[in-house]
Amino acid sequence: MTTETINESLDDAHNDDHHDHKMTGIKRWLYTTNHKDIGTLYLWFAFIMFLTGGAMAMVIRVELFQPGLQIVEPDFFNQLTTVHGLIMVFGAIMPAFTGFANWMIPMMIGAPDMALPRMNNWSFWILPFAFAILLSSFFMESGAPNFGWTFYAPLSTTYSNGSTAFFVFAVHIMGISSIMGAINIVVTIMNLRAPGMTYMKMPLFVWTFFITAYLLIAVMPVLAGVVTMLLTDTYFGTSFFDAAGGGDPVMFQHIFWFFGHPEVYIMILPAFGIVSTIIPAFSRKTLFGYSSMVYATSSIALLSFIVWAHHMFTTGMPLFGELFFMYCTMLIAVPTGVKVFNWVATMWRGSLTFETPMLFSIAFVILFTIGGFSGLMLALTPVDFQYHDTYFVVAHFHYVLVTGSLFSIYAGAYYWLPKWTGHMYSESLGKWHFWCSLISVNLLFFPMHFLGLAGMPRRIPDYALQFADFNKWVSIGGFAFGLSQLIFLAVVIKCIKGGDKASAKPWDGAEGLEWTVASPAPYHTFSTPPAVDGEKG
Amino acid sequence: MTESTEQNSKQENTTSNSKVVKKLLLIVFAMFGFGFALVPLYDVFCDITGLNGKTNDVGVAYAADGIDTSRTVKVQFITRMAKGIPWQFEPVINEISVHPGEVKFVNFFAKNKSEHDIIGQAVPSVSPGLAAGYFQKIECFCFTQQPLKGGEEVEMGLQFYVDLDLPTEITTLTLSYTLYDISSKVDS
Repeated sequence: MTTETINESLDDAHNDDHHDHKMTGIKRWLYTTNHKDIGTLYLWFAFIMFLTGGAMAMVIRVELFQPGLQIVEPDFFNQLTTVHGLIMVFGAIMPAFTGFANWMIPMMIGAPDMALPRMNNWSFWILPFAFAILLSSFFMESGAPNFGWTFYAPLSTTYSNGSTAFFVFAVHIMGISSIMGAINIVVTIMNLRAPGMTYMKMPLFVWTFFITAYLLIAVMPVLAGVVTMLLTDTYFGTSFFDAAGGGDPVMFQHIFWFFGHPEVYIMILPAFGIVSTIIPAFSRKTLFGYSSMVYATSSIALLSFIVWAHHMFTTGMPLFGELFFMYCTMLIAVPTGVKVFNWVATMWRGSLTFETPMLFSIAFVILFTIGGFSGLMLALTPVDFQYHDTYFVVAHFHYVLVTGSLFSIYAGAYYWLPKWTGHMYSESLGKWHFWCSLISVNLLFFPMHFLGLAGMPRRIPDYALQFADFNKWVSIGGFAFGLSQLIFLAVVIKCIKGGDKASAKPWDGAEGLEWTVASPAPYHTFSTPPAVDGEKG
Repeated sequence: MTESTEQNSKQENTTSNSKVVKKLLLIVFAMFGFGFALVPLYDVFCDITGLNGKTNDVGVAYAADGIDTSRTVKVQFITRMAKGIPWQFEPVINEISVHPGEVKFVNFFAKNKSEHDIIGQAVPSVSPGLAAGYFQKIECFCFTQQPLKGGEEVEMGLQFYVDLDLPTEITTLTLSYTLYDISSKVDS
């Protein structure tokens, strides 16, 4: 804090090539091309979106607290589930990971900044507009999108409530933002590594973002294509997905999930990278099986392109197709199992300590694995016919996205907060956040497995009476989990404002170039590339 | 590093940046195109696998080599009205037995029960999907649009045969028609 103020006042005095030259006030953030500023913007944006989407989830859980219709109309309920999904996927998880990439990748590979700083500014600053368009539709006569975050045709075309255009343009902008962000990550990693940092010496964190960026570049254009087809089907009389005009609504699902399945790995591979950084640090050992981690991540990414139809087993597929997609899906469990094994093996006989980042990481390993197992169950074609579109699916993807991706984001945030702010966060508040989240998140999502197995359909504002008890518990878990996240907000604000001074390397077991610079990280780091020894992260 | 070499390496770096960006943009545009290429690819794929039970949408000439009287295949007809079309639309007979290679002619009855003129379009689908490729339509009302004035009724014909090489495990075919109101699409 004090260094920053001094630097800022120095800037006012002489606006030349000062080391920490930056503008003041709002202009600093609007015009910034600094990777740390942009990382911060991404992270705050993601957190605000997370609270927005979370508020919608709270309304959903209030409605589902009791059977019968309580506080919202079914149509508005559909709008809430749809926008909750879209915001959490495109507004919270993905921007949070891009924020990590911006902050950490240049520091981890010894680069002065991202390779394309001006594009970096653009890729962040178009995002708020995308979500302003999406959220503004709530205040239109037609209402917000109500066709599910998967926007299946013809729900989003023939039977659209008129929000399709808003939705499509919002997704276009989000897609452009993601693609620009991904291009920037790839170019940075390819061209700006410090001399001596070969690909196989890069921290695994950097590897996972490298592979994720390629996935984004490959599938976000397909998403842009499919929403464009929706747009022309709805407003310009084409018939891509309209059977009356010779199209096929099932084809929508094929194209959507060709994007959609790699998309779920876009949201989990960076989580693998974060956890693979933190577990070795608090086990005081190097990561077990570094190269197998790299190959496992790559093979998960490649396999993600040939499993999409496991989302649509019930659409009627030839037997061969069902078997193909079932076996390919189950194959993904192999590289994922390699990863889980490596994390456990890293902890094996390590000198473990359990600071908040480590707690979130261990919870990640266990709870993500539960989500992985329910994924394996869903991969089995015959039983998928029972589970399809039930709360079992909801339980599955919330285990991988909340206790998976989100927990890894928290782990990473606690781990690097000292580097970002220069202060130690409050460990006791962090532990409160962790334990409250851990207990409430399981109360929230675990009973959903049973609800789904018992046949409760997803996306419906009402349910049969026999589901009432479980839903009450789920809702209570939901409210508790929602409130627990405010603790994190308190931790972050407290940490920015003050706290114990963090040393350059506050975690004694941590590895990596980011710990060789001061805390808080100076505005410009590695203007001259650092020397890289034989160590790998 | 002297100033000039630093300048040099910086220049190299930016050209190689733009090279990588160009390559990546190429992937982006290729994948955008691929999304659209999936549309015709899907049709080809469905053609091969019979995925969506689509039948031929223009008439074919009769091309079977005789009639296989040793086999009898049951062909069932069902109809369905898409949401919002106020027509009566049903097969005159619900079921017919045919030998492979034998040409049959059946009628469908349609009546516009509203007072407005409506253009209908029937979209066929055969189940099991794999049989769709063996169900040959010589003439079908579904090849064209059906404009009916308010209250008008009509009998519409379908002439078809089943290929001789229909897999033997298939003994029953179901031909389903879904009728759509396409008036607004035709107008615009």
